[in-house]
Amino acid sequence: MSPVFQVQNLNKAFGGLAVTQDVSITMNPGDRVALIGPNGAGKTTFVNLVTGHLDPDSGKVLLGGNDVTSLGPTPRVRQGLVRSFQVTRLFPDMTPEEHLALAVMQRTGRTGAIFGHYQAKADVMAEVAELLRTLGLDHIATRKVAEIAYGQQRLLEIALALALKPKVLLLDEPAAGVPQSDTPRIEAALAGLPSDLAVLMIEHDMDLVFRFARRVIVLAAGAIIFDGSPQDVTRDARVREAYLGSYANDRSAA
Amino acid sequence: MAAIETTSAAKPEAAARPNWLKRDLLGLAVILAVAAIGYFLFPNNLALLTRILGVALLVLSIDLVTGFCGVATLGHAALFGAGAYASGIAAVHFGITDPLLMVVVGAIGGAVAGIVSGAVILRGHGLAQLVLSIAVVHLFHEAANKASVYTGGSDGLSGISPDPIFGIFAFDLWGRTAYGFAVALVVIAFIVLRLITRSPFGMLCRGIKEDPIRIRAMGASVQGTLLKMYVISGAVAGTGGALNAISTQVVGLDSLSFTLSAEALVMLVLGGTGSLYGALIGTVSFMWFEDFVSAANPFHWLTIVGALLIAVVLFAPRGLYGTALTLADRFRGNGK
Repeated sequence: MSPVFQVQNLNKAFGGLAVTQDVSITMNPGDRVALIGPNGAGKTTFVNLVTGHLDPDSGKVLLGGNDVTSLGPTPRVRQGLVRSFQVTRLFPDMTPEEHLALAVMQRTGRTGAIFGHYQAKADVMAEVAELLRTLGLDHIATRKVAEIAYGQQRLLEIALALALKPKVLLLDEPAAGVPQSDTPRIEAALAGLPSDLAVLMIEHDMDLVFRFARRVIVLAAGAIIFDGSPQDVTRDARVREAYLGSYANDRSAA
Repeated sequence: MAAIETTSAAKPEAAARPNWLKRDLLGLAVILAVAAIGYFLFPNNLALLTRILGVALLVLSIDLVTGFCGVATLGHAALFGAGAYASGIAAVHFGITDPLLMVVVGAIGGAVAGIVSGAVILRGHGLAQLVLSIAVVHLFHEAANKASVYTGGSDGLSGISPDPIFGIFAFDLWGRTAYGFAVALVVIAFIVLRLITRSPFGMLCRGIKEDPIRIRAMGASVQGTLLKMYVISGAVAGTGGALNAISTQVVGLDSLSFTLSAEALVMLVLGGTGSLYGALIGTVSFMWFEDFVSAANPFHWLTIVGALLIAVVLFAPRGLYGTALTLADRFRGNGK
């Protein structure tokens, strides 16, 4: 299987401070990878470098074999690298249906049309209905986003990413700020992601990481200190020292 | 993909969808009714009513970029004036005196001015954007002032004598033809804009206003979309300018002024942004009120207009139309 997403020897420094040091990651379709690391480990910088919001000092980012390092964020999205946001970024005055219709029309190159209405486009409506049903949002499809619960907004955030039919999905703390009672829904949504999609999740909640990821990458001080299975991560001495602390000890004791 | 179980009954709210077509037809009927009432109630004041409709096109065009896209501008008269001068110059220097052609020329002039000013203004954000827009209108004003061979400079461009519309309806002394022409242009522009704002492109613009970062994350170009809206907006403002040139048969530097830009923005805020209806209501109320108060009290009319604006902004921040909608919602018992 050829890799769908490759980061090769990525470096970035702000002034004299190296925030990303020789980071390399290769992902195949269907991968479920969690990127973890203590605060200040460089996770946000890594996301910004990969999505094109920051230029690296050296190194490459490849999508499906194409070098996208010199491209800005928008063309990278068009090539299939889609992200979700840690704090939901939605349009408060629009409905979930409108959000998804806009995303579907954007993906299919129809947002330039100055006439016509999305509700008159049968294929758009069918795809939107399918996404709403899959994520359990169909009962609030026509409510304004400002009026729906935060957990539902997080689900819409995931639906919005799926509507763009990504090859690689970057999920930035998909369960952040969601009440405990709603996390099972988010987890179910994550479990239901398309099986050929490569997913890189940045997450603090270790329980979620262990349930979701089949591979864990640990970032500390801008460098990868661990890349392996979730079972091994808690046994790794450097990881324990850098990040997991008492949590790892608790888990291995249990 | 596995469907997620929902706790509440998954009942689609399709029935609750507003019937926007019906509402727009009703809105259109109201506009036509008000236009007819204006015609019969103020037969000696049709020139003012026509001027109001010309400015209404300018205010509608500001609503496109400000109300729907969130771009702040105090220089939109540049687009209006460009349309006015384009159609005026076409008539005086190139013999294009067919009023419909003059409107087309005006719309093109406005659209070109929209590309030019949009390319400059959209480079900035917030305050910088506002300052750039003021700079642009001053530059347009100065350019028109200096190019007096074509524009007549500070004396204005006179000698515009449009042909009868379709060769039948001549522009009369009472301004009846001009008024009918103005109503037709505003109604057509309103219908077209209503369709555009509901289109996929219009949705994209609303998205940009609410969160441009999300729009980029969807893979859409924010700058490209805004520039396109600026061109559409320019065509609408240019149509307004052409209408003004045709109905008054003269184009002055005031059509490219900062004052007109600022007043038009005030009219939009007064009526309410982002609905198109607000733009029309704001223009009619502001200009009618200005005319009424200046006749009733020539010494203090500006003070009275200022006081009214403060009252509206403080007590009805969503503008006259937005506040009316809120009150109607509350009256129906489903206020949000």
